[in-house]
Amino acid sequence: MKEYCAATRTHGGRSTPDLSDMAEVEDTLKRIQAQHGVIGTIVVNGEGIPIRTTLDNSTSVQYAGLLHQLTMKARSAVRDIDPQNELTFLRIRSKKHEIMVAPDKEYLLIAIQNPSE
Amino acid sequence: MSNLSEKTVVLRRARLNAATSSLMRFSFKECCFKPVADEPDIEIEGSLVHKDSEEGQILCAEKEVGRKSKTLFSCITTATQTTINPPREVACQTESQPLLVNYSATANQWEIYDFYQEELQKRTSSTKKDEKENEIAEGAEGVHGNLSLLRDFTDKSDHDLAMLSTAAKLLEYAVNENINGDIIADFKHFEDEADEFRGDKGTLLPLWEFQYNKVKSLPVSALCWNKKYNDLFAVGLGSHKFTELECGMLLFYTWRNNNHPEFLFNTDSGVMCVDIHEQKSHLVAVGLFNGNVCVYNLMAKGDQPIYNSMASSGKHSGTVWQVKWWEDDLYGNHTFFSVSADGRVVSWTLGKYELFSTNIIKLPPMDKVPDDLNNVIVTAGLTLDFHKQKPYHFLVGTEAGKIHKGSTHYTRFIKTYEAHFRMVSCVRWNPFNPKVFITCGMDWRVNIWDETTDSPVFTFDLKSSVMDVAWAPYSSTVFAAVTADGKVHVFDLSINRFEALCQQRVVSTKRHLTCIEFNPVHPIIIVGNDRGLVISLKLSPNLRKNPKEEKGKEPSTGAEVEIAKMEKLLILMR
Repeated sequence: MKEYCAATRTHGGRSTPDLSDMAEVEDTLKRIQAQHGVIGTIVVNGEGIPIRTTLDNSTSVQYAGLLHQLTMKARSAVRDIDPQNELTFLRIRSKKHEIMVAPDKEYLLIAIQNPSE
Repeated sequence: MSNLSEKTVVLRRARLNAATSSLMRFSFKECCFKPVADEPDIEIEGSLVHKDSEEGQILCAEKEVGRKSKTLFSCITTATQTTINPPREVACQTESQPLLVNYSATANQWEIYDFYQEELQKRTSSTKKDEKENEIAEGAEGVHGNLSLLRDFTDKSDHDLAMLSTAAKLLEYAVNENINGDIIADFKHFEDEADEFRGDKGTLLPLWEFQYNKVKSLPVSALCWNKKYNDLFAVGLGSHKFTELECGMLLFYTWRNNNHPEFLFNTDSGVMCVDIHEQKSHLVAVGLFNGNVCVYNLMAKGDQPIYNSMASSGKHSGTVWQVKWWEDDLYGNHTFFSVSADGRVVSWTLGKYELFSTNIIKLPPMDKVPDDLNNVIVTAGLTLDFHKQKPYHFLVGTEAGKIHKGSTHYTRFIKTYEAHFRMVSCVRWNPFNPKVFITCGMDWRVNIWDETTDSPVFTFDLKSSVMDVAWAPYSSTVFAAVTADGKVHVFDLSINRFEALCQQRVVSTKRHLTCIEFNPVHPIIIVGNDRGLVISLKLSPNLRKNPKEEKGKEPSTGAEVEIAKMEKLLILMR
């Protein structure tokens, strides 16, 4: 499905994003937030600064900064092993919750969820 | 006599008069020879005197006499002095160092790779540009360069969020995976071990449930798996009862996200049938309750179909009950067939801008209809299926309970089978054996036919109207049927020829089940009910068994084996 995420959904590369895409992303983020067990979602820009978040400011900044560095490191590791490879997703499972990071070219989407027991 | 204490200073000059007058020196300043007049020569006083000169003669005379010369000098001082150059200082100084800037970078394998890729792209794009006129290319580049900068500045805020759609989707899948973790584990790994103790019987394990909140009242009318992406399936929602809502929806779900459909299309009339093209799995043909057929392109944006038969002249006047994609025609245009309540089988071709329809065949009238009303009262065709190996052969099931076998080469039906007493709800060819097909009808029966005989080879009575039946893609003898009382019946003819291996109620008693489909790859079926709910179920191992081979032989799989299995059964029943 990653492929048809690539073929149909990732749509190759659209030149100009339009409002319907933005609405789609907003919708998706709202749905993710409404899912069972999701504690918060953060959208981080290319410099590690959270631009949209459902958590409080200090927590967001902390998560954003730390996960940004970690994602850079992870991406570097993946590409070092095989430069044709790419980091698509990063999940960190801890005792209390799971942190999921979806990196984009310049952005990061972070979701923190309490996985179902 | 001179006084010896007297000092006489005699100056002798050596002078070459003749020479000095003609002494020329090259002047670098004027680039020519110039007479040197005033140059001071070296003058050295000498003590030699020419013997013919006055003084010389006097000296010779004195010498002869032998007297001491008056001109005896006691000491001679000669001195010369050269010109002294003034001292000059010559020093060298380099330019001062430029400002030191700290530069650091990493040289990873991927950075090197990326750089090479960029270079490659630049070179290929520059060769392409060379083909164009240079001026235009440069001008355009300049404009684009500026524009892109401008865009960077202004669009930082909102629009870049739109490019996050992939990342957002992945995140949603991951979140759902966490929530449905146990379902996914069941799907992947759970094999019911109790099957060993159940004899031949099997069970169905419910997995995901798909319900879109806004369509609680529309029944599921069609299901179709996507052959290319095995987790994606289409759900058509629409009602064929006049009393209910006159609208429909086409949804696409993947089990990675059972909360929200991947694609959603609203139609102005109930969706009665859906088919996804086998190779071009972004093309979806839909038949509607009001007689229209549409083709959607999943890769195109927007809610509208790319083709709609509303404007075509050959469109159906009754509900379209089944659409099926066919092979491309001679020119490579995609074609699909539709069968409808107006008694016609029509083939539609996707032209450049619109659909072209061709009447293939008209269904023969029912027996009860008097001859003069043949053209008025039509026989509704309810279901259509193409032969797997011979794509020009097809079967049509009608509301009169008959199955007609037709071919696209002929205008009349080749054969007719009296299949059911009431409406035929589904007809399907066996995926392996080319002679076998299955039908089910509202008369509670499921019949399996050999196309050469006139009566069914197998008949099963399921105690309730059978709404849909499907062959399993992994075995030629396994099929499943859904009935109006909410049960799913799974049969395996090679194991038990008379009864079902599994008869399980999947939904509550008040609800009907309307459709069933097997996943092409995984041992999963999806069933739809009349309230818009789609449930996926996993087949337990007993339902997927291959019959026991003789001891010592390896279990064999493959199409030939499947065909042979079915053949054995047919021979048995004759």
